[in-house]
This record gives sequence, structure tokens and C-alpha cells, in this order.
Amino acid sequence: MNDWIDVLIVLVKVVVAVVIMLTATLMLIWAERKILADMQNRIGPDRAGPAGILQGLADGIKLIFKEPIIPSRVERSVYLVAPILALVPAFLMFLVVPIGRPFHIGDREITLQAMDLNVGLLFVLAVSSMAVYAVVLAGWSSGSKYPLLGGVRATAQAISYEAALGLALVPVVIYEGTLSVAGLVEGQSGKFLDLFPAWNIILLPSFGFFLLAAVAETNRAPFDLVEAENELVGGFHTEYSGFRFALFFLAEYINIFTMSALTATIFLGGWNGPTWDGSLPSSITWIFPILWFSLKTFAIVFVFFWVRATLPRLRYDQLMELGWKRLIPGTLIWMIFFAVAFAVRQFGAPWAS
Amino acid sequence: MGLVGIFAKGLAVTFRQMFRPRVTTSYPQEKRVKPQRFHGRHVLNRHADGMEKCIGCELCAGVCPARCIYVRGADNPVDEPVSPGERYGFIYEINMLRCIFCGLCVEACPTEAITMTQLFEMSVTDRHQALYTKDELLVGEDGTPNHPQPDGPLIDLNELTIADGWMRATSPAGRAAYEGIPGWTSSAGVGLRPAERGQSPAPAEDEPEEAD
Repeated sequence: MNDWIDVLIVLVKVVVAVVIMLTATLMLIWAERKILADMQNRIGPDRAGPAGILQGLADGIKLIFKEPIIPSRVERSVYLVAPILALVPAFLMFLVVPIGRPFHIGDREITLQAMDLNVGLLFVLAVSSMAVYAVVLAGWSSGSKYPLLGGVRATAQAISYEAALGLALVPVVIYEGTLSVAGLVEGQSGKFLDLFPAWNIILLPSFGFFLLAAVAETNRAPFDLVEAENELVGGFHTEYSGFRFALFFLAEYINIFTMSALTATIFLGGWNGPTWDGSLPSSITWIFPILWFSLKTFAIVFVFFWVRATLPRLRYDQLMELGWKRLIPGTLIWMIFFAVAFAVRQFGAPWAS
Repeated sequence: MGLVGIFAKGLAVTFRQMFRPRVTTSYPQEKRVKPQRFHGRHVLNRHADGMEKCIGCELCAGVCPARCIYVRGADNPVDEPVSPGERYGFIYEINMLRCIFCGLCVEACPTEAITMTQLFEMSVTDRHQALYTKDELLVGEDGTPNHPQPDGPLIDLNELTIADGWMRATSPAGRAAYEGIPGWTSSAGVGLRPAERGQSPAPAEDEPEEAD
């Protein structure tokens, strides 16, 4: 009986997570276009719904009703699977992110997180590198040269920046002593020097490296060589249309959302924040952690859009140089420096004894 | 650190732009004020007494760089003349898909029969509809212009009466030789027009020729 309820709870949580991601994505599409428009002194979408807020929905409906054309030269099975492959890792990554404070129903503690893996961060890294399969397979199976080039670029880019993404997280793991995402959030509660919130953003180099690698990992501007439209038509999704293209589109935005949620959780303290537990009734205070989490996530999302509005696309050799000559050595040096410094603080200098 | 500085500078620029006023407008709801000499679609004008101004000389067709005007002149019927003079524009067609709205036809016209207006909303669902004939081009007997599409949120038919800026810019103004001659178009009204910048002001003595 108890097991059955546990399964049910997990199921409900997964469904809720999916719903959150889909609605957030629709909002993101609108938000991105509005923010870009603001930065370019334009108005942006304002036709669908109040202030155009239903623009994402309108785009989605349009794409669903379009004819899904399958070109004759495609590798059919792989071609059909690739969009789903793009979506699944994007969904999976979000499942380990806690979006709010755990609460109790009866004597059962319910965490606002679909699953708390003890290897949460490793899981995130593993799944995020899975996402590149979708791009590569879509590019290859399209049987067309531009998608293929896009896919090849995606592979090289993912390999180059995956390493930096992982290495940037090592100091955080050393500092917090846990790989579990819920553990990370717990470690960031309280104050640092009784003054600042004890967020991991104090590991500033890690934060910078991670954000940079995350932008590259989600194939966003200025690292969007995978779909560089002035060189590769549409990149890997050139041959996709209708709903299958919508899946790729959705996956890209879900990736942005989950990457932002992860960054907010790992470096900005997740749902930690003032909740005014004593002074306000608990029927109100439960909303604050979720609010803080959403605010922090949106702040990172805003950075994604902001960077896109600002920087031009990198040239391919610049991308590789930044990845291999700057980011990976940079993260390595920072990681070794931090590990040594941390060990010296913890155990004393080796020459001291 | 130079690179980070450059990044920060660029990000600051885009962030500042967010609070600047927008340069675009939501077009059908708010239309921009057009320049006075805007080149919109053409109209064929009439004299104040209802006679057509076009004399079928085909100068507009000759000067048209896009070759979009087709004119054929015919002799005026003796008992019921269409235009003052010998001939009138029997066929007058402008292919609006080919027209580049340069205004050379307006400049070439000796009688100021063809002028441009401010209306540019001329979308059609069929290519044949873009071929404007005298039905669409000629203004009515009372001077009201004609448009294939009705007045609506996009199409403001008043714009058809607003401006013939090009004609005003290139025609002589304030010259004594024109005294007493009715004004040419609906927007210019009747009588003499004040000189615009770049036009010759009224010479003191009564001399029709340009002093050059």
C-alpha cells in the first residue's frame, strides 16, 4: 500500500514537472522575443493575447497544423526518432531540480523535486551530453549537406564544452561535499560571514565558466553555430517541418529553462531566500521558496537572452579556441587551485606538520 | 581581462537600449505621418469643370523607367469632348506591380493630369487586379478619388486627397502667367500656390518665360 502511494506521488510530480516545463517554455518564447525587441527598440509580438503573451501558444498551434514533410532521402527511422531524443534529455534534466521547500502531508515528507538522486550532478552532466545525439542524428539522417554540417558542428561543440561544464562544477562539489542537488540547496542556506546569503556564487570563476559552457551547451547565441542560419540554412533542423520541428524548438527552450534552473540551484541558492516564516501564516509562506526559485531562474534566462541580443556569432575556429585554449585550461587551473586551497584549509599545509 | 571588459561594455549597450523609446509603431493602429512629398499611388485628375486633364500625349508612358504605363490617345468627340483640346486619354493603365513610384510620370505630364497621393495600401489577391485602369485611376466628376478597396482599418481613403508633393515641387509657382487659372488638383486647391523652397518666387513683371 505504501509503495503504491509512493509511486503515485512520483507520477504526479513528474506530470507536474512536465506541465511546468511546457508552460514555462511557452512563456520563454514570448519573453525572449519581447526582450530582444526591447533591446532592439522594437515592439515585438503583441497580437496574441494581452501584450502578445500567447505568442508561444500561437506558434505551437501553427506548427502542429502544418504538414510534416518527410523528404525522400532521409534515413526514416532515425529521422523520426531524433526530435523525441531532443526532448527527452531536456525533460529529464529538470527532474532533479528542487523548485521549492519540502512540505508534509500527514507524516509523509513531499519534496518538490521529482527525484533526489545522490549522484544528481553527474546525472545532469550525463543527460545534458545525451542531448547532442538528437542534433547529430537529426543532421545525419536528413540526407542533406547543411544539416549534416550542423550535426558535425554540434558534436565538436558539445565535446569541447562538456568538459568545461563538468570541470566548472568540481569546485562546487568539493566545497559542498555532495553531488545531490537537494543537498546543494541545503548547503546554501544560511549566511556567509553573517552578511551575504551563503550562495555558491562566491565561487565566482566556477559560476562564470559554468554559465559560459551552459550557453554553448544549449547551442544558444553566440555559440549557435549548429543552426547558423546564414551559413547552414537552418542547421540540423533544415529538413524538419511541422510538429517535428516544433519538438526541436521546444527542446531548445526547455534546455534553456532547465540550464537556467540548474544554474540558479547550483550557484544562486535554489529556493533559499527570506520566507518570513514567523510573521506570516504558513498558508502564504509556502509560496516564497517557489517564488525565489522562479525569480532566480528567470534572472539567468534573462542573461541568456541578453547575451543573445548583444554578441555576434563566433567564428568556428574562435569557438574551438575559446573551448580548448581558454575554458578547459581555465577551469582546470581554477579547479586545482581551489582543491589545493580547500585541502590546505581543511587539513593544514603539508609543510606545517 | 580586456575581453571581459569588452563583454561588459556590449552588455551595457543592449541593456541601456531596453529603456529607449521604440522606433517602430504597430502599423495598422497607429500610422506614421508621411512626408509631404510621399510617393503613393497615382490619380488622374480633372479640371474644375469636370473635364479630364489627360490629353493622351503618352509622355508619361515614354518617360516611365519601369514601362508600367500604357496610354492610348484618341480624338475628342466633337459634340461631347472629354478633355479640353484635341485629344484625350482613351486608354490609361498603370501596372502597379511594375511601378517603382519614381514620380517621373508626374514630372513629365504637361497638364498635371497624373499626380501621386499618399495612399500606398494596394494589396491585391490577383495579379490582374494590380493593373489599374481608368476606372480606378480617374477621380470622379466632383474630384473624389476612386480606389478598388473600401475604406477600412488599413485603407484611409482620405490619403488619396492629401498630397501631390512631387507636382508641387516641380511645377512653377506664383508666376503671373498662371494668374486666374484654376489650381490643378484637389489638394492644391484653386488659385495660386505659394512658392516652396527651391522654386522660383514670383517675378515682379509679367513674364511667362523662365529667366535663365
